[in-house]
Order: sequence, then structure tokens, then C-alpha cells
Amino acid sequence: MGMNIVDRRLNPKGKSHTNRQRFIRLARETIKEAVVRSIKDRALGDVDSKEVVNIPRARIHEPRFHHSSQGGIRDHVLPGNKEYVQGDTLPKPQGGEGGGGGREGSPDGEGEDSFQFTLSRDEYLNILFEELELPDLAKTFLKDATAFKSARAGFSTSGSPNNLNLVRTMRNSLARRISLARPKPRELEEIEAQLEAAKSAGDRDLVAQLELRRDQVIRRAKRIAYIDPVDLRYNRFERVPKPNAQAVMFCLMDVSGSMSEYMKDLAKRFFLLLHLFLTRKYEHVDVVFIRHTSEAKEVDEETFFRSRETGGTVVSTALEEMKRIVAERYSPDEWNIYAAQASDGDNYPSDSEPSMRLLRDDILPQTQYFAYIEVLDEREMGMFRSEMNVSTLWRDYKVVAGEFPNLAMKRVFSKADIFPVFHQLFSKTRAVA
Amino acid sequence: MSEATAVAASPAAPGPAAPAVQKSKLLFETSEWNFDTLKRTFDAIEDVALNELGLDCYPNQIELISSEQMLDAYSSIGMPVFYSHWSFGKRFARDEVMYRKGYVGLAYEIVINSDPCIAYLMEENTMTMQALVIAHAAFGHNHFFKNNYLFKEWTDAEGILDYLNFAKTYVAKCEEKHGVAAVERVLDAAHALMDQGVNRYGRRARPSLADERKRSEARRKHKEETYNDLWRTLPRGAGALNSPAAAKKVDQAHDRLGLPEENLLYFIEKFSPKLRDWERELVRIVRNIAQYFYPQKMTKMMNEGCATYVHYRIMNRLYDQGRIGEGSMLEFLASHANVVFQPEFDDRRYSGINPYALGFAMMQDIERIATEPTDEDRQYLPQIAGCGDAMGALKQAWAEFRDDSFVAQYLSPHLMRKLRLFRLGDRPDEPHYRVDAIHDERGYDRVRRALARTYDPGVRDPNIQVSDVDLMGSRKLLLTHHLNNDVPLAESDARAVLAYIADLWGYDAELKGVSADDSVKYTYEASPRS
Repeated sequence: MGMNIVDRRLNPKGKSHTNRQRFIRLARETIKEAVVRSIKDRALGDVDSKEVVNIPRARIHEPRFHHSSQGGIRDHVLPGNKEYVQGDTLPKPQGGEGGGGGREGSPDGEGEDSFQFTLSRDEYLNILFEELELPDLAKTFLKDATAFKSARAGFSTSGSPNNLNLVRTMRNSLARRISLARPKPRELEEIEAQLEAAKSAGDRDLVAQLELRRDQVIRRAKRIAYIDPVDLRYNRFERVPKPNAQAVMFCLMDVSGSMSEYMKDLAKRFFLLLHLFLTRKYEHVDVVFIRHTSEAKEVDEETFFRSRETGGTVVSTALEEMKRIVAERYSPDEWNIYAAQASDGDNYPSDSEPSMRLLRDDILPQTQYFAYIEVLDEREMGMFRSEMNVSTLWRDYKVVAGEFPNLAMKRVFSKADIFPVFHQLFSKTRAVA
Repeated sequence: MSEATAVAASPAAPGPAAPAVQKSKLLFETSEWNFDTLKRTFDAIEDVALNELGLDCYPNQIELISSEQMLDAYSSIGMPVFYSHWSFGKRFARDEVMYRKGYVGLAYEIVINSDPCIAYLMEENTMTMQALVIAHAAFGHNHFFKNNYLFKEWTDAEGILDYLNFAKTYVAKCEEKHGVAAVERVLDAAHALMDQGVNRYGRRARPSLADERKRSEARRKHKEETYNDLWRTLPRGAGALNSPAAAKKVDQAHDRLGLPEENLLYFIEKFSPKLRDWERELVRIVRNIAQYFYPQKMTKMMNEGCATYVHYRIMNRLYDQGRIGEGSMLEFLASHANVVFQPEFDDRRYSGINPYALGFAMMQDIERIATEPTDEDRQYLPQIAGCGDAMGALKQAWAEFRDDSFVAQYLSPHLMRKLRLFRLGDRPDEPHYRVDAIHDERGYDRVRRALARTYDPGVRDPNIQVSDVDLMGSRKLLLTHHLNNDVPLAESDARAVLAYIADLWGYDAELKGVSADDSVKYTYEASPRS
């Protein structure tokens, strides 16, 4: 009888990868629902960290014909009888569970109610942003790739000293010295020693002979350099174009009295999504919070969302502030600039002109994408559903949006709108169009 | 099997006077294994298994795998090759979470009923555990696979791996041609019927799996040229419905359908009016795989009992021969005790009868009856009591029985007393459970019969049959669940499976629950989706 031992430990891993992907695809609708729900219900800071999804059994359940755990006449055979004799009775547990041995109801544990599935962060966010693509993003990556980074690309015979590759250089040097039979220092020492001995012994013939040898060796050693320029090797670097990996996101919000907490909360969710999305696309994302009433100010996140101001509304002040900050800190050559503005649509009529001018001349030409969302109270929904009845700001922006495709605008009425609106704003089809 | 208890195997503590010769007899001295010790230990175990216990095994192939690969293997029902399906991804995800969180350990081994018999050993195992696993799987299970009548009749150890390869390729080709969703639609439905996709009794001549592959191709060709004759009975005009000729044709058609039919997958594969040929072949693949696993379900307790008994005998023998050290033996015993642990019914850990525990206890009991019988044993099992040949008696039992018949035949009064088995009756109309029988003279028979019944597929699995097809009209498929002791089906699952049946059948399906007095307890209906 034969026997064979096979070591399979180094076989390729991830054999079940296909199965896992199929499972995720199947459960995706459910997972997506969970994701949308999480944006609606969860505390804002949690969204990015959530990884465990409870998938209800509906779609991924594998039903089988099996006996119910209740009803009918059943016999159980149990081990470990202590004191019972034939005819004894035991009370049935509450809820009619099928006795100590009653597991007929769920053969091999298939009766699960929901399935807890751990998505990796990437899998989670991929699903969150599936089908989403920032407009012109590919274009930005390819065409506007102004940044370069160095990447190792083998060795070269020239370069700057700090890129000298010692190992390579010394290897070449050694090979050359061996092949050209360069005298070793030890050889010279030996001759010198013999020379000393011969001198003290007074053997002049030998001294002359040795002196000749010594000069030959020294000359040869001099001719064959220890390190020759041909030995030198430098690490070679190539400049590869690097997609601009940093982005700055401007959050602009009207915090005047007319913005209710509810509306600010809606806005906040939108900002949060945009931020999440940008961190996914760019290695480094800066966020600048600018709030405004009749004057604008850069603030920290906490102040931005929490504090409430009184006063009128002059939108151009915020745009002016953004323009100033861009000029100061975020050169469009180095940064991808995104902006999201949330407002209830109020603006002083006299501010229309300056706002539109700022957008046209300064902001939009520098910005990858400017999203304007108008947050409205649910009660106002009916009133504002139609295009006829629009706010001042909406009307002005609409005009500009006709000229600049990178200005997008949407209205948001309830929390449930956030995700679909976000989806619409950034959908691929829009980018294609 | 449960998680290994990591007892470091100490080198066999040689006293100062211990002769060097004795030390060299040890097969291994540390808990780390390597391929040398593995080979040496395998040879020693093989020697005991074949020459002393007289086991009859397929050639062995031992494969070392990592824990991740073990998880992989789990998710595809332990088979090395399997077609792709989301359910395996689901199983993998679940097992992985359980494993990473430490809720469950991985099996020490997986063994495949194939020729050669493939046993997977996990690399994390200590050398002692590898020895245990080799004895358990490569000889215990292996012998059982090769000799038990159910495996001989229903499985094709030689062809299974080739067949699984064929299945994998076939499914992949279908996915390429018809799309993953279309393939999943069939597989999802067929998987739901795997438990009803087996022939419980050897009615038909069974082709080998190698023939299956060839026939698959031939069948496809044939089907393309012919037409499902069954449906010719469908009347052309409404007037033809009541004619005697039509009725006769319906009768003949019923005969051809071979009703009633308990193998639902077989029936659907053969007679579904809507399935396309490649879909039919997918159903057939699922059915063949279900049939391959069926004997394992029927003999779980015996098979584990056999393997556990074999590893126990072999490890003890090696220890007696001085080939396993004291520390290693302690590690083995601790692990063995875990495996055969049977919590009592009122223990919080109780979750049914542990097949390893009962199986092992019954095998040891047979050994006892064969070698040191009491008068009671002589009365109960005269054919083996005192025969002296324990292995002979065991091998006969392993070859000729399955779990239910094995319990009915061999569960001795002695063992029932030892396990203190009792029978608890649960009647829906009574507020209490009733102790019907215990381990005493009056109760032995009833306890034994009741325990045997819990292993009886006719009682354990719902008895569902295709009872009729409406040949004259709607083509509705009629199924009957014959209730045993009035135990109903779990409704939501039953409805879900019925929906799958309707999908495969292509027309409406109806399931009636009928109790022993022919009263209909429930009726579920489903229509095909899409």
C-alpha cells in the first residue's frame, strides 16, 4: 500500500476569492442599504469606521426542507439520567422549545436570522462610492499631472555622489582589480620586509633586485587604480509623473438666523460625504471651513457646525474669503480644489452681481468642482419643488451653471435625499456628458 | 473535532539510567513535526493498522495545509476542487469570523472519500496531533470508506475528483456562455433540494462518475434531436380533454414518470418541461454530489466511532511499543477526552448526542462483548458475545450497517446503563414531557428503538415526494409531505424551497402536508419567478 506526503502550504492562497466576491455582489444591495441607512442615522464620525454589516437572511438564506421545531409527537433520547423513572414528568420550558434534545428545528444551524459579515474598510467604501466618480477626475489625473516623483530605475554610470551605489561600485572595482592582477598591499609589504632584511644582510644584488620589483609593484598599483571611474555605479531614478495627490475641500455655509439646525444638519451630512469621497480619491485632503452671514470667516470644524450667528446674508463675502485663502495657501497648480456650498438660498439682492462675478472670474476657473446644495425645510418642500419658485441664490447660480459645467446644484429636503443627491451630483454619466 | 489542547510534548524524560537504545525507539521527541518524523510515524501507524488491526484501506495521500487553506476547504464542503458559488463565499466568511474571533477551532483534519484517500493535515498541529490525525483519518475513516456497504453502493471513490473537476469546468463554461446569474438561478434552486436529491434505496443501476461525464455529452447531443415525449399527451383542442384515449395516455405518462418519486432533483432533471439542457446538467451535477455525500450523512456516528476507535487503539499500541513518549501520550489523551466528551442532558454544554462519543463507546462496547461478555451480553448479542475476535466483529459492523441499523443492532443494555440513556416523550397536547422509558429491563428496547429512529433518514428527514403532475392542463407539479408523527415542516423555509422548485419546474408547484390519517395539514403553493 502506497503513501504520499504532499506539502500544499505554499499553494496559492485566496482560492475562495471568487466565491467571496460573488457573495459580496449578491449581498451588495443589502449592504448598500445598510450604508445609506448608516449615513442617515449614524453619528457622523462613525461612518468611515463602520465595517460590520448585518445582512438579513432574505437573499443569502439557503432554505432547505426541514422539520419545524414545534408541533407533532417527538421522542428524545438523552444521556445522563439521574433520578427519573419511567412515568415521571418534566415541565416543558416556556416558549415551547423542543425539549433538551430538540434540535430538529435547525439542522446544521441554518436557522440564522441574520448574517454578520465583516467588510474590509476598502470593500465598504468601494460599495459606498460605487458608480461615483468625480467629474473630470480622470482628466485631472492624466492631463494635469504636474507633479513628479522619483522612482528607482536600475543603475547608471553617472550621477550625483549621494546616489553612488557602493555595493555595485565596489563589486566592479574588485572584479577589475582581480582581472588586471593589481598587486595587493600585502605584496608590497612583503617586498619591503625582504628588502629590509637584504639591506641589513648587505646582499646588494638582492637589494637591487628587490628594489626593482618594488618599483614595478608600486607603478602597477598606481596604474591600476583602486577605484576607477569605470567602476562607478549610481542609483538611477526616473521622474514619473504623479497624479496630483492632494486636494483641498472648501466647505461654505450660510449660518445666518434663517438656517435652522435641521438645515445645518443636512448640510453637514453632505459635507461629510464629500470629505469621505475625497479622502478616498486623494492621499491628502485639507478641509477649509468658511461660514458666513453678512461677513465671512474661516473657522474650525467645531465652530463651523455648532455656533449660530445672527445677521444678514452676503454670499460674496464667503466667496471672497475662499479666493483669498486659495491665493494664499492652495495654489491650483498643486492642489485639486473642491468646494461645497450649503445655503438656504437667501442672499441680499444687491449681492447677486458680486457673487456671480467672483464665481465666473475667480472661483470656478480654479475649481475642479463646485457643488451647491440648497437645503430646505421639509415643510417648504411642496413650495420649492417646482422650478418656478426659486430662491435668489438658486436663480443666480443657475445662470452661472449654464456657463460652467463644473458647477452643480441640487436641492435637499430631507436626510434621505442626501445620498441620492450626492449620487446624482457625482454620477459617472454626468461626467461623460 | 474540537480545538487542540496544546500540551507540549516533552522528550520522553529519560532517567539517568535509561539506555540509549530505548530512547531511539521514539518516533518523535518534540512537538514540532517535520517530514522525517511524519514519514516515520506514518509507517509505524500503518504497520499497526494493517498488520495488527487488519484494516483494509485505500492508498493514502497526506497533504499538509495552512489554516487559511483549511478554511478554504471548509467552505467548499471539504473538497479540494469545487465549482464556484456564492454560498461557499458566505460559508467562508462565516467560518472566518468565527475562527478569527476564537469561537471555534478548525478541524485537525479533513479526509476525502477518494482513491487514493486524501487526508488534509493542518500545519499548526503538533506532531502528536499529526499522529492522531493520521491514525484517525488515513486509517480509520479510510477503512470505513472502503468497506461500508453504503459507500460501496453509492459513491465512486475512484472517480470523484475527476467528476468534481468536470463539474467545475462545466459550471465555469456555463457561466461564460449564459452568465453567472443564469447559472446561479439553477444552482441556488438545486442546492435547496440537495437533501431531497438522493436515492435512499438502490432502485436504479448506477453509472460510474466517469461514465457520467461521457454520458453528459451524449445526452446533450441526443436531447438536441429529440423531444420530451411526456408532454405529447397535452390535448390539442379543448374537446380532447375528456376522451378515453386521452385518459389512457395520461395513465401511460404517469407510469413513465415513475410516480411517486422521492428524489426531487432526479424528477426535475428528467421531466421538467422548461429546463434547458445545460440547466438540466447543472441539476444533475448537484444531484450527483448530493448522492456522493449521502452515505456520510447516514453513517456519521459509526464513521467517527470507527475512526476514533482506530486512533485510540493505534496510539495506545505505539505507546506500549515505547514509540510514543509519556508527554506525547498525555497530550493525546487530553485531546481524545475532548473529542469523546458527552455532556449530560442537564449540562449547559449539552447540544445533542456527540457522534464521536456514542460511536466510540459503542465500538469499545463491541470489543468488550466479543472478549469479556456477561450473561446479559450473551443473551442480547449471541452472535458475537465471547467470539474473541473483536476486530472481526467490528469490521463486520462497519461494513454492513448504517447509524440507525447499527444502534438497533448493537446498543447493549450495558452501554445504555453506562450512558444512563432515557427516553423523553413530547406530546403537543400534554403540558409535560413524559419519561417513557429508562435504562432498565422494561425500557431497553424502547430506548434503543427511539435512539435508532433519531438516526433513521425516514424519520429524521422530511419525507417529501412528487405525487402527481397535472398532465392535462396546467402542468402543475404536486408534492406531498407525509408527516411523521404529525411533525410539520418549518413553514418559511418550505415555502422558499417550493418557490425554487417552481422555478426549476417552470410551472406552478404545490406542496401538501398529509398526516398518517390522510388529512391535509397544510398546502403551500408557488409560481415560477421570472
